[in-house]
Amino acid sequence: MYKIEETTQLADRVHQIWIRAPHVAHHAQAGQFVIIRIDEQGERIPLTISGVNGDLVRVIFMAVGKTTHHLASLAAGEHVRDVAGPLGRPSEMISGGTCVVIGGGVGVASTPIIAKAAKDAGNHVIGIIGARNAGLLILEDEMRAVCDELFITTDDGSKGTHGFVSDVLKTLLAERKLDLVWVIGPAIMMKVTSGVTQPFGVKTFVSLNPIMVDGSGMCGSCRVIVGGETRFACVDGPEFDAHQVDFNSLMARQRVYTEEEKVALERHQAAHCGCEEGGNHHA
Amino acid sequence: MLDRKVNERIRDFHEVALGFSADEAILEAERCLQCKKPLCVTGCPVGIDIPAFISAIAAGDFSVAATTIKEQNMLPAICGRVCPQETQCEGACVLKNKDTPINIGALERFAADWERERGFSAEQKSREQTGRRVAVVGSGPAGLTAAAELARRGHKVTIFESLHEAGGVLSYGIPAFRLPKEIVKAEIDQVLAMGVDLKVNYLVGRSVSVPELLAFDAVFIATGAGLPGFMGIEGEQMNGVYSANEYLTRVNLMHADQFPVFDTPVKAGSRVVVAGGGNVAMDAARVARRMGARVTLVYRRREEDLPARREEVVHALEEGVEIINCAAPIRLLGDGVVTGVECVTMKMCGLDGSGRPTPEPVADQTFVIDADVFIEAIGQSPNPLLIREVSGLSIGARGNLVVDDDGRTSIGHVFAGGDVATGAATVILAMGAGKTAAAAIDRMFKEQ
Repeated sequence: MYKIEETTQLADRVHQIWIRAPHVAHHAQAGQFVIIRIDEQGERIPLTISGVNGDLVRVIFMAVGKTTHHLASLAAGEHVRDVAGPLGRPSEMISGGTCVVIGGGVGVASTPIIAKAAKDAGNHVIGIIGARNAGLLILEDEMRAVCDELFITTDDGSKGTHGFVSDVLKTLLAERKLDLVWVIGPAIMMKVTSGVTQPFGVKTFVSLNPIMVDGSGMCGSCRVIVGGETRFACVDGPEFDAHQVDFNSLMARQRVYTEEEKVALERHQAAHCGCEEGGNHHA
Repeated sequence: MLDRKVNERIRDFHEVALGFSADEAILEAERCLQCKKPLCVTGCPVGIDIPAFISAIAAGDFSVAATTIKEQNMLPAICGRVCPQETQCEGACVLKNKDTPINIGALERFAADWERERGFSAEQKSREQTGRRVAVVGSGPAGLTAAAELARRGHKVTIFESLHEAGGVLSYGIPAFRLPKEIVKAEIDQVLAMGVDLKVNYLVGRSVSVPELLAFDAVFIATGAGLPGFMGIEGEQMNGVYSANEYLTRVNLMHADQFPVFDTPVKAGSRVVVAGGGNVAMDAARVARRMGARVTLVYRRREEDLPARREEVVHALEEGVEIINCAAPIRLLGDGVVTGVECVTMKMCGLDGSGRPTPEPVADQTFVIDADVFIEAIGQSPNPLLIREVSGLSIGARGNLVVDDDGRTSIGHVFAGGDVATGAATVILAMGAGKTAAAAIDRMFKEQ
């Protein structure tokens, strides 16, 4: 059992929890993830490690399905059954260059730990974080503290640049030499944004989030096509060369259990609404 | 030994084979000739004193029978169920030529179940602790056996398991209708009761660094052969395509058959095609039957070449699994979701190194099987994760760890055994390797 030490809601449906998991915290590096199982009936879900403090590990997630809604409902002092990790390969790093760390939506969760690793390796670090609107923007202060420069974008213009993270990236690419870029967010955002760096030949990593089960290379659920080859995101990734990734097959595979996810979520919400007929009115 | 009726058993995941009653066990045990030079023992990879335990059963002394088995085998209820006895102890039984061999597996199972159902006489923690620390990586049959043998000799053992449950393939791979999970748990608990420390959710190489691992006085790597092979055919990325590992893990470990009570889903499908012919393929096919699908298994060689235990093939056929021999999938059809499997007929040419015919495709002889789920059970190789993190380990051609007869790797205090060294094999061979390595580690400590 792993104790939840602190919980904070960062934005609409976006939650941050700190979990006591020394075996993970003492070994975690930028770019890695954990697999969490809440209880005996629970599924194993991968979540990026977005911070470490002593024995504690931080994960940030959006409540979208049954498991993330359940996780969001847990309070400090409660426990989750399992935290496995750290899993995956740490971020590849360079030194003495200019690095750009880009996060979109809840994907921003992964950016401070990578930005800090890039900074510690002696790079000039630029952060670009974006959200649909100002209210959904997370971790701005943390990114400001660790980056040499920080750009903010919102889709509706309620904060920072009116537009997408890719717009800022285009401007930067036109103005100066970038050595390494990370793009982390929804698959479609990673596809579009990393496409921007391709003509410039700038090495770009994306952190892939396919469906996983064991997280140790045993099941192959997380297989993705990278450079025409089948790779396992859990052990070969989760970070891959963005320009080699087949995003379309990734997105298709992410949708495999859409129906089941709906069933599970409705069942969860019916069980927690206390009314006879259950139903969708809490969704 | 009787099996449950087919129409009953394919509706649930309860055990298929019913096992002996006490009277049946005694009758079977009385058939044993008590050979002076028992060939059965030579056929047993862990060297159980088979005539002795059978004689105890014949005398009605079931507790002695169980104790006798456990001197050599800490997981008898498991082995009684999943060992390929027909090629081991029973295959060597002298009665095989005149009559039917003694059903040693069922007797082993009987003695183990009898004891467990009455509460184990838990083996005492070894009183003399040596102060030596041993890390065991992986909690499958090899790791559990090595841990028990080392704990017996007074060494402090820590098992690291990356999943949330111990057992390795016993938990995630072998379905409950062949190996009930409460039996796996009970036998693992017995090993832990000997003072073995189990750390679940620890992936060695990640949660435990390589220097931390190598700081143990000895290391036993038993990470199995968990890396699933994919055929590399067109359409493999489509939804509805599983490795057998994933399909079985979702059901056996994560209980997807009970979705949505359990959160992990699996595609049950209405028309499932399984590729492969080993025990894993049979397991996947029989699970798919229980999930309610029509199931076709496609195997590239002839029926007599099927590598699965005969009993598994018979059970699969009884349960309505259709087996198409001499055929191989070459392409998956569908638009994002699999809808069919295109196969080619295979003809048998010359013999390969293992004495089996080499299958070769017959051009133009192709056919399509409708399918909404396709499961690949074409073999597993050693998981490279830890192996590639530890520098200095000698790796074989199939990605396996190279070990000597004692299970020692190219690093002096690091041993390995089970599927990670041999490639995918059997539970009992892995246990034998665990015993061998434990004895070698113990000798190493005494010599130091």
